[in-house]
Amino acid sequence: MGVTEGNVLFTTVDNIVNWGRRSALWPMTFGLACCAIEMIAAGCSRYDTDRFGIVFRPSPRQSDVMIVAGTMTKKMAPAVKRLYDQMPEPKWVIAMGGCASAGGPFNTYSVVQGTDLVVPVDVYIPGCPPRPEALMYGFLQLQEKIRREMPSVLSKFLKS
Amino acid sequence: MVDKDTEKDKALLEHPVLVQKIRSRFGKAIIETTIFRGEITHLVEKDDIIDICNFLKYDLDLQFNFLSDVVGVDCRPLNSSFEVLYHLYSIPRKHRLRLKVRIKENENVPSVTSVWSSADWAEREAYDMVGIVFEGHPNLKRIYMPLDWEGYPLRRDYPLVGYKDQYNPCGVEKNNKQSKK
Amino acid sequence: MSEVMDITTNNSEITTREISLNMGPQHPSTHGVMHLVLHLQGEKILRVEPDIGYLHRGMEKIAENLLYWQFVPYTDRLDYLSSMTNNLAYVMAVEKLLGIAIPERAKYIRVIVSELSRISSHLLAVGAWGLDLGAITMVLYAFREREMVMDLFEMLCGARLTYNYMRIGGVRGDLPPGFKEKCADFVRIFPKRVDEYEQLLTGNRIWLQRNKGIGVISARDAADLGLTGPSLRGSGVKWDIRKDEPYLVYDRFDFNVPVGKNGDCFDRYMCRVEEMRQAARIILQAMQQIPDGPVNADIPEIVPPPRENMNTNMEALIHHFKIVSNGFNAPKGEVYSSIEAPKGELGFYIMSDGSEKPFRVKIRAPSFVALQSIDPMSRGAYFADVVAVISSLDPVFGEVDK
Repeated sequence: MGVTEGNVLFTTVDNIVNWGRRSALWPMTFGLACCAIEMIAAGCSRYDTDRFGIVFRPSPRQSDVMIVAGTMTKKMAPAVKRLYDQMPEPKWVIAMGGCASAGGPFNTYSVVQGTDLVVPVDVYIPGCPPRPEALMYGFLQLQEKIRREMPSVLSKFLKS
Repeated sequence: MVDKDTEKDKALLEHPVLVQKIRSRFGKAIIETTIFRGEITHLVEKDDIIDICNFLKYDLDLQFNFLSDVVGVDCRPLNSSFEVLYHLYSIPRKHRLRLKVRIKENENVPSVTSVWSSADWAEREAYDMVGIVFEGHPNLKRIYMPLDWEGYPLRRDYPLVGYKDQYNPCGVEKNNKQSKK
Repeated sequence: MSEVMDITTNNSEITTREISLNMGPQHPSTHGVMHLVLHLQGEKILRVEPDIGYLHRGMEKIAENLLYWQFVPYTDRLDYLSSMTNNLAYVMAVEKLLGIAIPERAKYIRVIVSELSRISSHLLAVGAWGLDLGAITMVLYAFREREMVMDLFEMLCGARLTYNYMRIGGVRGDLPPGFKEKCADFVRIFPKRVDEYEQLLTGNRIWLQRNKGIGVISARDAADLGLTGPSLRGSGVKWDIRKDEPYLVYDRFDFNVPVGKNGDCFDRYMCRVEEMRQAARIILQAMQQIPDGPVNADIPEIVPPPRENMNTNMEALIHHFKIVSNGFNAPKGEVYSSIEAPKGELGFYIMSDGSEKPFRVKIRAPSFVALQSIDPMSRGAYFADVVAVISSLDPVFGEVDK
């Protein structure tokens, strides 16, 4: 990106779109279990994710990221899937914590062994529960991932 | 330490209210009284459970107005029975008591929801987890597991990882996607 | 439609069709994953059917498959707002089963950490309650203090939320250097912070309107429905296990048990706020009285040797390995032990068949039992009051669904 005297901006479509997408990632307020408390802590006074443009929205229709924070059970899985479907494209998923990543310590009859069995996951955050710093690092990783996306190329594929 | 405890337990067996009074009132219905670590357990006849509970709740010396919990236990490797336990507490008198009912598989237990309302969910949980049917319960259906779930998870023959380990809650949609790949 | 009345002649009642509305399983103010089916007549609630189990993880089944000591970390994940009290309830039940006593210092440490836990749990309860009713500042204030408690716990065991600090026969380790001072600082400033919350909420007109006279339940009904903890005391029943069946060393401290009068949401709020102050008082007294000494019982067949010995002593290492891999056999019998957790009576029932694994573990979770009373509390109230009722019961779904 270069700025000239007449305030004209030279950039690619991909760059500007990705900049817009990654600078205002709105996660859905969606807590399942223990990790949700750390997610709330990340949004509250000390860690304050608002600094990254990460503002929690209580509705799937207005959010870009779903943080699966906690153990997903077989009873809850259809609801998670439905919420994911309700989110508008483009959308990303963060699996927060051991349970959401791979079932964690709960290898039992009622627990889905990983969110990726139900919805596609972009970033996995290990920990039981991960610290708020880890969640923020996960967000930064997701931003990095979005930065490398090529929406213009992708849209051609989607059309064909 | 442990010896002291057993001596205390023996003394408790003569407790005038929690043991003697109940035993004298219900003679045969109390099959056995055991005391372990200062906790009194009465093993009672299944059919008399509601009478006993009503007595325990309304008698002035006992006043068990609080039902802490209902526990269903599958005792199968030890003996071929199921047990239902009632943990009672008296807020005015500050004492605890445990009632125990022993049943065979597929036998029903009378529900104590008419005595304590808190038995409602506790009995539903015992039904959902161990599969004990409570007669006269107003709304006996599964509480934790989905309504179409098979089996009772806390029974001994139910494996930890479950029958439905391949269970895909999202139906066939996901399978289609996988097969396309 | 003949059912619809002419509103010009009779404007007191307008009949509408009864509708059912789903609230949850994902809803910002259900404090987790709960599904409520609300049967409504206009804005009025006819009845509420709670549907739980969206976080059922099979804790009790897991417990049957693990050694006694291995289940301690799982208890952290029951009521994850106050993991310490869950640890405490479980290890106390196992200690009762084994018939062992723990050293004085360990008892005091357990009291200190469980009261800190109570503070952090009530902070989140009141904070989230404020958030649900539109007082967003409250949650930010509450988390400011909650982070201070988290820092203290991090000093103790390195984790912020799931501590696994209690051990059967004592605690994991002694208080680290600097903990006492930091804890004293916290206890000194905390009552002033509670005054701040009260300034924000207690006299606030919106807060009063949303909470006073909402979700009323009589003392008799509250006991009958199995409510415990602040929810029961809000109705005027003075029952606190710390006072009535003192465990650890609670009988040595001077503290009050706040009791409400009307049994509405506001009284339950006031009980929680006052309990935070009392918890700070208990911590202060415990810090003054705490004796020196070991933090683990000296029972070689149950308690592993201290970490320092293991680094230098071969026998200690073997001993540790033996306990960790084989566990220990508990005597045959059954015990029920309960404590006053922040949400109420948290009890563990353990049935042992004499082997190294429990035969049956049953968790008596306070918020599971408390959730039954949503229906009687919110009947006849307005739709928006359900949110206040849920918050006033302070359910945590790790514990409700187990």
